[in-house]
Amino acid sequence: MTETIQPQVFENVPSPFCGIASDDLKIEVSGHRLKVLANGDAVTVPGFEQPLGDMTPRAGGQAAALDEAVNRAARLLKNARLPVFSGFGTDVNDTRAALSLIERSGGVFDQARAEAGLRNLLVLADSGWMATTLGELKNRVDVLLVFGSDIEPAFPRFFQRFVWPEETLFGQDTRRREVIYLGPSPGGSASTSPDGLEPKVIPCATDQLPAVAAALSALAKGASLQAEAAGGVPVTELQALTERLKQASYGVVTWVAGQLDFPHAELAVQQICQFVVTLNQETRCSILPLGGQDGDRTASQVCAWQTGYPTRVSFARGYPEYDPYHNSAARLLASGEADLLVWVNSHATTPPPAANVPTLVIGRSGMSFEQEPEVYIPVGAPGLDHPGHMYRCDNVVALPLYKLRETGLPSAASVLAAIEKAL
Amino acid sequence: MLIKLRGGKVYDPAHGIDGEARDIYIRDGRIVGPQPETPTHEYDLRGKVVMAGAIDMHTHIGGGKVTIARNLLPEDHRGDPVASEGLMRAGCGHAAPSTLTTGYRYAELGYTAGFEPAVLPINARQAHMEMADVPMLDVGGYAMLGSDDFLLRLMASGTEQEVINNYVAWTLHSAQAIGVKVVNPGGISAFKFNQRSLDLDEAHRYYQVTPRQVLQTLARALVELGVPHPLHVHGCNLGVPGNLDTTLRTIAGIEGLPMHLTHIQFHSYGTEGDRKFSSGAAQIAEAFNRNKNITIDVGQILFGQTVTASGDSQRQFANVGHANPNKWVCMDIECDAGCGVVPFKYRDKNFVNALQWCIGLEIFLLAEDPWRIFLTTDHPNGAPFMSYPHLIRLLMDKSFRNDRLATINPDAAALSTLGGIEREYSLYEIAIMTRAGAARLLGLRDRGHLGEGAAADITVYTEDEDKEKMFGKPDYVFKDGELVVRNGEVVHVVWGNLHTVKPEFDRASIESRLKPYFDRYHTMKMDNFIIRDWEIEGDGRSKIMVHPCEGRG
Ligand SMILES: [Zn+2]
Repeated sequence: MTETIQPQVFENVPSPFCGIASDDLKIEVSGHRLKVLANGDAVTVPGFEQPLGDMTPRAGGQAAALDEAVNRAARLLKNARLPVFSGFGTDVNDTRAALSLIERSGGVFDQARAEAGLRNLLVLADSGWMATTLGELKNRVDVLLVFGSDIEPAFPRFFQRFVWPEETLFGQDTRRREVIYLGPSPGGSASTSPDGLEPKVIPCATDQLPAVAAALSALAKGASLQAEAAGGVPVTELQALTERLKQASYGVVTWVAGQLDFPHAELAVQQICQFVVTLNQETRCSILPLGGQDGDRTASQVCAWQTGYPTRVSFARGYPEYDPYHNSAARLLASGEADLLVWVNSHATTPPPAANVPTLVIGRSGMSFEQEPEVYIPVGAPGLDHPGHMYRCDNVVALPLYKLRETGLPSAASVLAAIEKAL
Repeated sequence: MLIKLRGGKVYDPAHGIDGEARDIYIRDGRIVGPQPETPTHEYDLRGKVVMAGAIDMHTHIGGGKVTIARNLLPEDHRGDPVASEGLMRAGCGHAAPSTLTTGYRYAELGYTAGFEPAVLPINARQAHMEMADVPMLDVGGYAMLGSDDFLLRLMASGTEQEVINNYVAWTLHSAQAIGVKVVNPGGISAFKFNQRSLDLDEAHRYYQVTPRQVLQTLARALVELGVPHPLHVHGCNLGVPGNLDTTLRTIAGIEGLPMHLTHIQFHSYGTEGDRKFSSGAAQIAEAFNRNKNITIDVGQILFGQTVTASGDSQRQFANVGHANPNKWVCMDIECDAGCGVVPFKYRDKNFVNALQWCIGLEIFLLAEDPWRIFLTTDHPNGAPFMSYPHLIRLLMDKSFRNDRLATINPDAAALSTLGGIEREYSLYEIAIMTRAGAARLLGLRDRGHLGEGAAADITVYTEDEDKEKMFGKPDYVFKDGELVVRNGEVVHVVWGNLHTVKPEFDRASIESRLKPYFDRYHTMKMDNFIIRDWEIEGDGRSKIMVHPCEGRG
């Protein structure tokens, strides 16, 4: 760039990266460089400040004009028997364009974060839940139970923004809020109250969480357990926890599904959800699963309203078919059923996994690869290079994303639409 | 381009035209007067029935709880997969259809507009993004107020009406809405304080405000702002036996202000008989007939699987024991509202369900003024909208209705007066309920009729004794002058527009209260809460249509 641009400062910028959609960021733009001046954190700062990388597409490892790369991509799709699409750090419009292309090419939609998302979604579709949102949490929670997760590394500002606000709508003294960890101890100090009160920790090994969740669910229903411990946690401790939440006016139970990394974690989530449902016979208590980084919730929401299903949808037979096991990109690639990987990531620069099949990447500029894809079309990021929309983890609030700088990079939506047109 | 629709039997109640043979001319998407030149296209409609495109004034087609319902019911979608075909995208149908399928199927029934009644302001962006993905239909939304903490705080502190008017107007602008809905006034908020029911004159545990006060305050705000659509009310005590009394008191309590009572079937229950559940349709219809300030839609139930999706978290939670299949979602939402999504299977052999079916039909048939009553199933709460042709037949065909009555739970049938009601709706009355009246209720001056200057949203049917067949498969549907459906099938895909109102108000004064409120208590900034025009119009599919606020025409 030869032109000199005065640094410009934007306030109240929403972050598409952090899943809790902090929208109070202050960002300075000088040319292509972004600098988070205020309210950044370990997740949002790299998200915004990631330098631009490639500005022109590559096909077969060689620089290519955009239409050339688009045509090559279309040819790959046309010749593919079963293209599988994953990645999906995208905003609403990018997801819309992707779903249209996936449908047209008879492909499969998956998300890199689907495995984590499904730990919640399978429970939603099997038994449902009683849930709340970040704004209710901020104003009402009196007891917060963290189930098997360490929130701070994934959501650095969660406690500051929602658990320890200076004031609430109902005059609560937030310093007296109780935080209880069931599972690993928190790594950082964000969950320590402003007065220095550390959270209570009920230690429990991650792989024991299903047994503990089942015990809690039973205790809430009034069952008396014969065993003295469940999952290594004394039943008396679990009984006391249940009582504490029964006494609370507005308990909230949260977890980071991505960290519940053990087989059939959805069954533990289901038990915890049933525990919360039962508590509502007497008091109010809700779940609030955390997640939604890099467009995970956004792509899932758009997929749900356009197809009926939240993720892992195949269009191979012309209509959407949901199969959370079968339609996993990793499984389809490993089994050899998929013969083309299309990686779409306009927020994160996470590259595609190495695959034995040709790979087509529509990815945020700055992505780097271990294995050069067949086609790489760098695109701008919604919320930095294009306006757009994203969802935060509670699936309720969608935030507008703004264009902060002029890079000339195309949007993923426009590239995907061009490929569809060239098909 | 000039299109001539030749000689159809026109039902255009806005102009008092009741089945007269007329020619209609269309130019540039609008209906024009007779033109001398040779039309580019002429459709010979002699013997066909011509109406304006139908308008569904209460249908849950977009927004958070609809997508929760979608996520909740994969097994229901699997029963109705929809493959892509020509210009039509793939999706799924039945109880909680995908957005794309929703649009195609509405068009295939002759509908050209649908209004989402439960737009939580905090979730309005999602509602609009989903409705933008509903093709074929014009859309609009009613912003939900009445359990939001900002309003309840204003009311609890006795703030003057003018401030509340500004807040209501600001919400209409910010949520890009065409009306205001209140759901279980104050009750969704009360539930967050663990209050499990809230009757019309019961005080909210924290704010000490009553539902009656909420209704009066909001109804007055809309009148003073000149918003054409009256306050859209989902009252207290939904589904509770005996709520008939609450509904009658709600009608009296509004003291003559315009008020729309939605899905009134769910609010018309008595407690007579052995099972303490009876029809209140006669009393409700009587009150409706007497109070000209009241409009209603029915929320008819029809038998089969569906899903109820409501903002009424308090009442939905009370009903989760009836969930079928046994799964459900309730949510508290962002100090703004809430929602509850509970699948339901209405069974004709079940006493309560059968009586609900009777009650809805009784209300339809006992309500005298078709300009004030609207045909809805509260899609999908009473039944999916695909059942509208069946419902129209029930209203237009007494012997069909009585045949159906003979098949339902006999105890319910015996308790109902339905079998003794002779009335059959006419085509003219159907056109009022589903077109002219709905447009008037919403303040849509260029929709719902076939006069000069109207948007050319037109549906053409072949008259048939079997009204279900007739209304299930229009010969032609025109959307803004373009032929979009032929023989009941989509032939051309279009994107509809968004209908809104933008009443005048004092933005600076209300934002001086709202901005600090957002900063202190909300989780997003006021500036990011407001939905800007570019968000609706940015991708070129939809335009924002702003209707004047001069009160009701
Ligand atoms: Zn409704």
